[in-house]
Amino acid sequence: MNTTAILNIFAFGCLIFAFIKDRTKTKQALTVALKSFFHILPTVLIIIIFIGLLLGFVPQSQISEVVGEQAGFRGVLIVALLGAFLHIPSLISFPLAASLLKSGASVTSVAVFITTLTMIGVVTLPLEIKELGKKMALLRNGISFVIAIIIGIVMGVIL
Amino acid sequence: MKRDAIIPGITLIIAIILLSIFPDRQEAVITTSWDFFIEMILILPAVMILMGLFSVFVPKEMVVKYLGKAAGIKAVFLGILMGSLPTGPLYVAFPMASALLKKGAKISCIIAFLSAWACIKIPQEMVELQFLGPRFMAARLVLTIIFVVIMGILIERLIEWSDKKQTNLRR
Repeated sequence: MNTTAILNIFAFGCLIFAFIKDRTKTKQALTVALKSFFHILPTVLIIIIFIGLLLGFVPQSQISEVVGEQAGFRGVLIVALLGAFLHIPSLISFPLAASLLKSGASVTSVAVFITTLTMIGVVTLPLEIKELGKKMALLRNGISFVIAIIIGIVMGVIL
Repeated sequence: MKRDAIIPGITLIIAIILLSIFPDRQEAVITTSWDFFIEMILILPAVMILMGLFSVFVPKEMVVKYLGKAAGIKAVFLGILMGSLPTGPLYVAFPMASALLKKGAKISCIIAFLSAWACIKIPQEMVELQFLGPRFMAARLVLTIIFVVIMGILIERLIEWSDKKQTNLRR
């Protein structure tokens, strides 16, 4: 059985269980789900078109030159910075990461990209500083950057 | 709503122009986009339903209440667990983290909570499983948990150390 089927069965099971427990709350949850679905849809469409263009136009040799095995540490650093500055929903980072992996990016760069993209937010840093203070926000983002690279390198070694 | 349509519209127009200039690329681009679209549309409703259920059945106040009184290394793991349950973008978690700080929760716990919220949420892991496979997902999950625990403790020590230095200076 594939992941899609398992995920859908799991979600459906949770939904039925929730419905039995509390009808009003479940209806509320479905409204939230519907809203977030339409909220994320435009970004999904953009990324899907982008992936199509990327794989259709940029030759694999060029992608692997920038983010592949032979790109070395410089390539990893570029992806890490890209992930830190980009502000796209994490859900959508996975199809993008998969398309990069398919077209010659290394496991290390893809893992680093996902980790910095999700953990580090340069765009949301001012908000984070306001809520948590300068010290904690800067330490969290800075150390996350370092561990993202370590996680990526370890993943490149073991996979 | 209008703004939501503009950027996809522009992207689509650029794609159409590019494809009419280079008709030989049409098939590759359309097939790739279509495959990713199908894969996405098959799992997205399920992911959204799970996220909706989490957000209604696990209210923010409950998370803050549980994490606020946790102590020791257990607090770090509880932070990771709670962070992986709810959902939404990371900036939604900042006010919660701020409330936790005021409640006197451990810094290692707050960092663990934020990091788990950022990159190992359950619905998100399912999408990762779908697109990148079980080996990639499992390896990244385990490594992330290990390093998030280390980072949480490290940041807590650093902040305690610098706070102590400041109070010493004031004396």
